[in-house]
Amino acid sequence: MLQKGDIAPDFTLSSTPEKTVTLSELKGKNVILAFYPADWSPVCSDQMALYNEMLKYFEKYNAVLLGISVDGAWCHAAFAKARQLHFDLLADFEPKGAVSQLYGVYENGVSQRALFVIDSQGVIQWSYLSPIGQNPGADGILAALENIKN
Amino acid sequence: MPNLNPPVNALDHILGAPNATIELVEYGDFQCPYCREAFYIVKQLQERFADRLRFVFRNFPLQEAHEFAMDAALAAEAAARQDRFWDMHDAIYNRQPELNEALLLRLAADMELDLRQFADDMDSPKLLSRVEADFESGVRSGVNGTPTFYLNGKRYNGDYRVLSSFLEE
Repeated sequence: MLQKGDIAPDFTLSSTPEKTVTLSELKGKNVILAFYPADWSPVCSDQMALYNEMLKYFEKYNAVLLGISVDGAWCHAAFAKARQLHFDLLADFEPKGAVSQLYGVYENGVSQRALFVIDSQGVIQWSYLSPIGQNPGADGILAALENIKN
Repeated sequence: MPNLNPPVNALDHILGAPNATIELVEYGDFQCPYCREAFYIVKQLQERFADRLRFVFRNFPLQEAHEFAMDAALAAEAAARQDRFWDMHDAIYNRQPELNEALLLRLAADMELDLRQFADDMDSPKLLSRVEADFESGVRSGVNGTPTFYLNGKRYNGDYRVLSSFLEE
């Protein structure tokens, strides 16, 4: 798993059937990458639902959130619509798990529950691997963004 | 393990003896069905542990997921301005399946609150920032869904349905 100080590997992934997102095009902003195993986990304790509520707090730190799993773009689209998610979910679908592998968080056919905070220069400033069944919350992300700011 | 930040203080809604040995803090959402389930469990805990327990409720409305969560949080805070926070808290959870804006006004009327004051308070930016401050403190404390509980300042990661036996230990 990549660590603080590593250069964040660039990638381009689909966020919807029509749209792609390229990491290097987000230079100038802090980027939060939230790898997670699968869409459609239970509602109120869902990690993506929590982050969806936090977008304005992330914006305060000039940060963009990207969710990444091996689900396909159509699945992400349905999930995002059902949960009213207002950030991009990227499909690490073909070749399956390739970006998750680049970041060292691919295992047993799914992305692990892992977080990376990347600064505006594209350098990883914080990373965290959560037990797969445990929602890591957002306290670590906020602390990392605060460190970058200072 | 994440800690409660900030600790329980004078701004909190607190129920129970100040010298209780167990301090249970909940971050909850009034429209979350799991929080409703936890509400009845906390009631049982309060009966069982009586003076040994003090309970604190902080708002964690998941606004994107729950249409009326923020209004309900504001209604409870507005009731608090008339010293009726816990009555409103209980009434909303009891009638959660019917929750909408009209219900909140009806509950305020049933409780014989000063309705003009209540309506003004619901719209007050001060109350909104109070609820948002609760939310932000929750995020900093490692809240990862609702309900999340803290026992004597430490996040409780277990199942809230077995809190009782956990507290007994």
